Amino acid sequence: MGSYELSLVTLAAIYVMLALSLNLITGFCGQISLGHAAFFGAGAYAAALLTKSGWPLAPALVSGAVLAAAFGFVVGLASLRVRHDFLAITTMGVGFLFIGFVRKQQGLGGELGLSGIPDHGLGPWGLAALTVTLAAATAALSLHIRRVWAGQAFAAIADDEDTARALGIDVMRYKLTAFVLGTALAGLAGGLFAHFTRFIIPDAFGFTVSISILAMVIIGGIGSTWGVLAGAVILTLMPELFRFINDYKLLLYGGLLLLVMRFAPGGLAGGIAALTARLRGAT
Amino acid sequence: MLHVELTIQGLINGSMYALMAVGLTLVYGLLRILHVAHAGLYTLGAYIAVLIANATGSLALGAAVAIPVVGLAGMIVYRLLYEPILHRPPYVALIASIGLFIVMEESYRLIFGPYGETFNAPYLAERVSVGPIGAKAAEVAMVAGAIVLLGVLAFLSKRTRFGIAWRATVTDPAMARAFGVDTIAVRYANFFIASALAASAAVLVAVLNNLVEPTMGSVPSYKTLAIIVLGGLGNVAGTLVAALALGVIEAFGTIYIGHLLDRDAIAFLFLVLVLMIRPQGLFAAR
Repeated sequence: MGSYELSLVTLAAIYVMLALSLNLITGFCGQISLGHAAFFGAGAYAAALLTKSGWPLAPALVSGAVLAAAFGFVVGLASLRVRHDFLAITTMGVGFLFIGFVRKQQGLGGELGLSGIPDHGLGPWGLAALTVTLAAATAALSLHIRRVWAGQAFAAIADDEDTARALGIDVMRYKLTAFVLGTALAGLAGGLFAHFTRFIIPDAFGFTVSISILAMVIIGGIGSTWGVLAGAVILTLMPELFRFINDYKLLLYGGLLLLVMRFAPGGLAGGIAALTARLRGAT
Repeated sequence: MLHVELTIQGLINGSMYALMAVGLTLVYGLLRILHVAHAGLYTLGAYIAVLIANATGSLALGAAVAIPVVGLAGMIVYRLLYEPILHRPPYVALIASIGLFIVMEESYRLIFGPYGETFNAPYLAERVSVGPIGAKAAEVAMVAGAIVLLGVLAFLSKRTRFGIAWRATVTDPAMARAFGVDTIAVRYANFFIASALAASAAVLVAVLNNLVEPTMGSVPSYKTLAIIVLGGLGNVAGTLVAALALGVIEAFGTIYIGHLLDRDAIAFLFLVLVLMIRPQGLFAAR
């Protein structure tokens, strides 16, 4: 593999982490978020500032994740106040607040962003291996959560919050857990991204990015770990592998969002499940 | 003096937000859809107006074509996109709408180019002043346009048979149907009116900035979502107040906390703060 292919693998792994982390919040727990890129950004800025001030990579990445999780906890508190459409707009607002704030902070580089982020010292193979391992760990965690009590509680809340509460599920605790876990993983992905590109600007964490992450979740199949993983990989690699798409990347994302929601809200995973069910029925 | 000017500037922007947001809140009130693609229709209206105005030399003709065409486009969006997914969970329509909006914006960029169109001859660029207070004629037209159009809307909804049918459908669709109201026709009319209002706002904004560009809908689209939430989703009067209030808050905010947050973030800061204190918006829906 050349360095270009390695960088694609790294990028895809970062997006897999991001999409799976949003899937924890939106897919598993049913809390729609249109501002996920803000947590990605919080982790990226925190980790970059720390390594720039001389910290080693690992504690900087962890601190980025912790900061993003703290931010996610606050937004999770908001999800206790507002639901559904209101939550969608609130999280979108949080996203705009984040980049609006970062843009004006000279300490964060303002519009120009942070450059000269130190070399991670792992080499391209090392970084690719690290991100792929972490992405795989995120996927394993997602699959695990689905099988344990917390996953059942998430599903109950996603399905009908009031019924879940009536059944004695501690809705507040599980919602906050989903937000903290999901945003921590997004923050970790952010730290990796900052050290992968070594240059970050506020717009790399704007609304378009939030929607792209959401597109990966929706197109892959909301709630399905394997579907979301596939969605993230496909949507990251497609514009890279087919250069002519790159100019139409947003058109492709938007068009797919539109078509999937209109014709197949289960996404890729839902489509495959329906197809196998039909094939089984036919035999 | 600065404060007076800021307030006026805020009310001018607020009028534009109001024209856009009232359409959105009408759609939400009737169908519980956050219609993000509304801003895509708005941009479509601006393009139709500027292209016709430049081809024929008549802005009036441009507006006269743009407004009904965009109204029809709104009906088509309802028929082809929303109607088949109304029974799905609310996020489905919201995300589909975001998808449609992105597709529309990108299509404008690919078809008309990224740099935007200007009018061959700028309209309403002269300044009018009353005593010490001055504004561009286009700004006056914006406020006057909002007052007239929203006045007509209020008349339509309060004083006509259609208005009664409309409000009845919003309040209780099943009951309205039982009383012989054609609720499906009401939905189409609702989309026509909302989209036509967006197109009117777009023509006014195009004249004011003398610029029509593919992304002109982005900022209003997300900001008007904030406004209708503040106004108490589906509440028209609340939306009007929220639109004007947000215009004024932004005008003051950019002066006083502009070094901390950019203009768009100020709107959302206000939104998040209000929602945390009053989750149902400033004014609860009916």
